Amino acid sequence: MKIVVCIKQVPDTAARVVAENGQVSWGDAPLVMNPWDEYAVEAALQLKEAQGGDVTAISVGGESAKEALKNALAMGCSEAVLISDPALEGADSQAVAKVLAAAIQKIGDVDLAFFGKQAIDGDMGVTHVQTARVLDWPALTSVSTIQSVDPGAKTLRVERTMEEGRVVVEARMPAVISVLKDIGEPRYPSFMGIRKASRATIPVWTLADLGIQAPQSHVTWPVVENPPVREVKTEMITGDTPQEIAAKLVDKILAEKVL
Amino acid sequence: MDLSLQAEHRMAQQMVREFAQKEVAPVIKEWDRKQEMAPFVLRRMGELGILGICLPAAYGGQGLDYISLGLACEELEAVDTSLRVVMSVHVGLNSLGLFQWATEEQKQRFLVPQARGEKIACFGLTEPGAGSDVAGIASTAVLKGSEYVINGEKMWISLATRADHVLWFARTETDAADPHDGLSAFLVELDRPGVSRGDIHGKLGVRAGSTGWIAMQDVRVPVENRIGEPGEGFKIAMSCLDNGRYTVAAGATGLIRACLEASVKYASEREAFGRKIGKFQLVQQKIARMVQSYDAARLLYLRVGWMKNRGLRNTRETSLAKWFATDASFQAASEALQIHGAYGYSDEYDVERYLRNAKGAVIYEGTSEIHQLIQAGYALGYRQDPALRCELPAYDEEKWQLV
Amino acid sequence: MANKFLVYLDQYKGKVLPVSWETLGVALRLAGEMGGEVAALAVGAGAQEAAAQAFQYGAAEAFYADDASLSDYRPEAYSALVSRVARDQQVEALLFPTTTRGRETAAMCAIDLESSVMPDVIDLQVQDGKIVATRPVYAGKIIARTVSDARPVVITTRGRAFEQPQADPARSGTPQAVEPAVGESSLATKVVDYAPAEGGVTLTDAAVIVSGGRGVANNPNLTPPNGMDEKQAEIWRAQQGFKLVSDLAQVLNAAVGASRAAVDAGYIPYQHQVGQTGKVVSPDLYIACGISGAIQHLAGMRTSKVIVAINKDPEAPIFKYARFGVVGDLHEILPALTEEFRKRLGR
Repeated sequence: MKIVVCIKQVPDTAARVVAENGQVSWGDAPLVMNPWDEYAVEAALQLKEAQGGDVTAISVGGESAKEALKNALAMGCSEAVLISDPALEGADSQAVAKVLAAAIQKIGDVDLAFFGKQAIDGDMGVTHVQTARVLDWPALTSVSTIQSVDPGAKTLRVERTMEEGRVVVEARMPAVISVLKDIGEPRYPSFMGIRKASRATIPVWTLADLGIQAPQSHVTWPVVENPPVREVKTEMITGDTPQEIAAKLVDKILAEKVL
Repeated sequence: MDLSLQAEHRMAQQMVREFAQKEVAPVIKEWDRKQEMAPFVLRRMGELGILGICLPAAYGGQGLDYISLGLACEELEAVDTSLRVVMSVHVGLNSLGLFQWATEEQKQRFLVPQARGEKIACFGLTEPGAGSDVAGIASTAVLKGSEYVINGEKMWISLATRADHVLWFARTETDAADPHDGLSAFLVELDRPGVSRGDIHGKLGVRAGSTGWIAMQDVRVPVENRIGEPGEGFKIAMSCLDNGRYTVAAGATGLIRACLEASVKYASEREAFGRKIGKFQLVQQKIARMVQSYDAARLLYLRVGWMKNRGLRNTRETSLAKWFATDASFQAASEALQIHGAYGYSDEYDVERYLRNAKGAVIYEGTSEIHQLIQAGYALGYRQDPALRCELPAYDEEKWQLV
Repeated sequence: MANKFLVYLDQYKGKVLPVSWETLGVALRLAGEMGGEVAALAVGAGAQEAAAQAFQYGAAEAFYADDASLSDYRPEAYSALVSRVARDQQVEALLFPTTTRGRETAAMCAIDLESSVMPDVIDLQVQDGKIVATRPVYAGKIIARTVSDARPVVITTRGRAFEQPQADPARSGTPQAVEPAVGESSLATKVVDYAPAEGGVTLTDAAVIVSGGRGVANNPNLTPPNGMDEKQAEIWRAQQGFKLVSDLAQVLNAAVGASRAAVDAGYIPYQHQVGQTGKVVSPDLYIACGISGAIQHLAGMRTSKVIVAINKDPEAPIFKYARFGVVGDLHEILPALTEEFRKRLGR
């Protein structure tokens, strides 16, 4: 099977992110592979191990995104490609989706494109669905389990986890899949993988290589702010017995009229 | 001079860090309290290839370099010393000793399964009556036909009850003029008849580690298990220590880092006299000293890794790195505990464990006092490093990747 | 020409999710400020009744589609239909509630309509005749005010960020039927089976949440049954602890949440996880039991109206964010609290 996994490089989740002079800044916090994308890479590799084939990791970003791609290689992806172009600066989700779709088509004969649930910087959670729409492929999101894949018949069956419960969906390939953590803990990169990845040269595709113009972006963030500091006056509730504490606490909670 | 780490170093370091932080850190306090080794540690380190990180693929290893070994030790000890102790005895003292001194046949028989994590290795040098005085060890190995008969007892042996192999040092040349020339080294499989072993509890620190004793009563090993020539035992032990001490130096550096991070975190949260305690100069002084220690210790052990990569003799530099880093880590832990105040005195926080762990490292693998004698010896010209019959192989980026 | 604001009513098995009315409510406000009317659209089985309800909440028009090909939710079918209605009605803005269905349908419609989506919005304002959408980004560490230069503006609104309007049964109307936009044969997916989640309030809708952390497994007074190994005993203890949490939740009609540590340790399934990599919630009351208050968890519940923390560690960071705190053993405090609430609320 030919599998693609789309990843993004983002600031580490523990980074202190602040709005400074109208810009978002994370200081010298490290940039890492988006944590949700690690699950996508894991799912792609599990499928490759079950069905045979290869996994190509792709990312739209700047030069530093090669680090995230190297991580994907170290985990076991066979190839990695960076899509980078100055014209993509500030591209919004649907623009990125169009670029990813073009890259997936350039790779050619792709059966499945894996994505993580959302990128933890923009917290949009739409690029996977939009890439599918541009490609006119079915989108299978919130996938917790891949139940079965039939490469011959080009169909697969997945379990999606929705608010109301689990839904089993059968789909034709090629398709886009975005996965949840239930898919399995992402594997550590092996040392052999690390060696291979650190020596790999990652090709860079520009918009010209993809044969497209820069898609037009529509959404901008003219203002970014730090969240308002909530002045919380903490009141500690004490007592000699749990019952005394409980009685006092219930009084206080009821007084807040939140029940 | 390029001081930067390569991508593979950073990625390998990150991988070991993730393993230690995700799988061990959440449970280490419980195991430390129980004075027992977490049962999954050796298996996981074996599965992930960490137990063979700096050995060639041809010997079952991962083919990374000696710097990677140091970085891995720094990450492991930043979570708990017991993890790095595994590397010190399994990789540093035993496996790299075999890598340097064993025959090809012995490497296939012993080193390969060790590198793969299929067999666990430990180091049997110290005895109840002989620690710093290595030449004074009493264990004997008498040649009888095609076998050696080994008798003796070793103590303070990490992984004594977990290991499959021990690199055991015993006296073979009883009529050697200089007792240093009377020792030989043996790789003994610990399931041989006559071997008994047990755990030692009640240590001040490294309580989540496995420390014990091994006794041999008329244990017979074939001549083929002797590592190196008869009488080479002392030289072999000393070069094993060059590698064990390297892991201790790197690990202690990680311990300094853990103390520093804990101190910065606490000083940024705790308030006294109306402000964060990080604003007070005496607290700042403690933290500044930890920073100084960390940076210096790190450069010292990385230099050793770089020298080992090039096949350069590094006994002096390793001793210096170990002495500096371990002394500094004990200081750092003490100051970190002080910064935490009464909370530091309780095991609710990690700093008291860092202090208890740090004290061990200034005793084993050469006491700080021994290292001072070593450094003075070099400086005063009383001590030299003549060439050894077998040297630790230099790192070969290409060859070590070939299976 | 008056602006038209189209609201997608997310529904499941004929029942409209309450968050959809919140979306309708904010659409009404925008229509008031920019001049215009609100239309509602419901799709799937039971869509007609759902669409009819919209009039009670203030919609001027309502559409529905309940063709057989639409009885199971499939994003391609639903978004094709919503896009077509949006195009036909020449809407100024297309709004969805942020549910799994809402977000992905909105995303696809944005592509169909050559627009972009601004998802998970917590505030909407009109400035110089344009809609400004406020979104939390970087897990809520930054608040971004975003705008789109495409029309229609496509938005999804976060649950419980906007007020639910009052339903007035006196207001009524007749919803209009619309045909599906794609035929069954063009659809590449098929829903094969459903397995409902365990009952109980869902986190994102809950007004009250009681959450447990790693601390719930720490009751040393419990003796696990014979024959369990370390890990099994730990899980057993944790289940006893979470029973105390769910007992309190039951009395309060609350949802049960969990910290990442508890989920990772296997104490409770992932769908209960509150936090940066779990669900982001904004209840009126959040009771955190045995949760230390790591940044990742706070990111998921920081905007709760009233936070109560119960933890035996007085230095736990969560106390800084709590309105009320109790330093104590949750295994003693929770049962006492449950009992007290039972008395006071008469349950």
